[in-house]
Amino acid sequence: MANPLKCDLCSKPATVHLTQIVNNKVHKMDLCEACAQAKGVTDPGGFSLADLLMKASLNPEAGSAGATGVRCERCGFTHVDFKKHGRFGCPACYETFHGVVEPMLANMHNGTTHAGKVPTRALERKSLYDRLTKLELDLTEAIKSERYEDAARTRDEINQVKQAFKPDSAT
Amino acid sequence: MTIAQLIDSPCELTDSSSSKTAIVLMTRIRLARNLAGQPFPGWAKPAQREATLKACRAAVAATAPMKRGFNLGIAELGELERQILVERHLISRELSGAKSGAGVVISKDQTFSVMLNEEDHLRLQVLRAGFNLKKAWNAINDLDSTLEESLDFAFSSDLGYITACPTNLGTAMRASVMMHLPALVISNQMEKVVRAVNQLGMVVRGLFGEGSDASGSIFQISNQTTLGESEAEIIKRLDSVLRSIVENERNAREKLLEADANKLLDKIGRAYGILQNSHVLSSSEAMNLLSLIRLGVDLGVFPDASRALIDRLFIEAQPGHLQHAQKGEFEPGQRDVLRAVRLRAEFAAFARPDCNFTNQDKN
Repeated sequence: MANPLKCDLCSKPATVHLTQIVNNKVHKMDLCEACAQAKGVTDPGGFSLADLLMKASLNPEAGSAGATGVRCERCGFTHVDFKKHGRFGCPACYETFHGVVEPMLANMHNGTTHAGKVPTRALERKSLYDRLTKLELDLTEAIKSERYEDAARTRDEINQVKQAFKPDSAT
Repeated sequence: MTIAQLIDSPCELTDSSSSKTAIVLMTRIRLARNLAGQPFPGWAKPAQREATLKACRAAVAATAPMKRGFNLGIAELGELERQILVERHLISRELSGAKSGAGVVISKDQTFSVMLNEEDHLRLQVLRAGFNLKKAWNAINDLDSTLEESLDFAFSSDLGYITACPTNLGTAMRASVMMHLPALVISNQMEKVVRAVNQLGMVVRGLFGEGSDASGSIFQISNQTTLGESEAEIIKRLDSVLRSIVENERNAREKLLEADANKLLDKIGRAYGILQNSHVLSSSEAMNLLSLIRLGVDLGVFPDASRALIDRLFIEAQPGHLQHAQKGEFEPGQRDVLRAVRLRAEFAAFARPDCNFTNQDKN
């Protein structure tokens, strides 16, 4: 508690503390002056945005949905860190904190499922890479257990996958 | 020293001004990208930041548009140099405040810049003079696809491109245009416009982004949401909103002229007088005066060719550029004097206002 409250949107110290009751639920929001002004918190006409953000990032239900105390295995990020920074620790956090992110999206965006560009080349490369890793494991296994026919077939497959890699000039 | 080259070389922003850029000065699109499996810059340990910086720097610098470009580590830049890059819209304020493990790669013509280890591992940006969202999108899309060949981006089929902040998920695209809207400001309609634009899911900001004021009547308008729609849909929506703002600004100009042309001409004439004769000019006053001269150019009071000079002065009258030109650091008070000196010199040679102007606003 020694830390002063940080702005929910950026990491500056929060000076504007907002409490509003929406649908019989108390919503609290801490903002720095710049964000408060930018989001129109001080302007009653532009208030819908603050309302939206409040529902989005500080929904008390999201906090109690088993998310508190969860820690990202990959980077050690916690839900409290997210409340402090408003940003996640690593890409895997989106899986770890799925329960926190999911309810935010509908208020934050114009939809909840990606409809734009897909990095096709990179995804192809990844699936090839995953397949290669698996085949190489299979090969070692086959040799170890002296299943030489399987080993030969796996080796041919590996060569095929490696061929497919080439036009991508990937690592 | 590379910054000096950057300032002296011609660039899209300061050299392509024409009647086509009368209301929309420039278009910018930013894409956020992150490396799969790596912690985001804000959470990464210094060694991890250095490693991602190194990997991204090499990949970005190897792309065709970045050939013979500028490849800069933020930590190696002085305070003033960083400020210059912010004033030229090549890096964000956030990146300029980064201590270590951050960088930027800028193309020779300054149309592309890629910020490294800002909030996300990569922030790709393209700048184009005038109103050209589609062209800008094609350019940035190509750069992104090229980078995809050598970098593995964090991506999920549901959430799209993964970003440090959930507000950028999906396309991770922020498309914005910079608009000069003096008539809407003079006629007190900006607040109404901002509210309407907000309701359509767009954001209005000042010239230098979040938290900056709108001196010079220049506004940045961009999409707010990034998930749930394709890039093309977002651009289409933004495009139609922007077109209607341009229309509104044009109507506001007509109305100001109809209602009291003398009042408007008086403002422009006084701005001209002050720019020619003042000895102390703050940055924001200078911006507002230049804005009126720019309106004068659009209306035909000044020759069309002088718009490029105004656009250059919008940038070069900023504190960083001003101090760089004087080769030193100065207190704000001294800067205001230097600014007045520079503008007096420019406006001593500027065309006199033509009071029998015909409205040539062609945009």
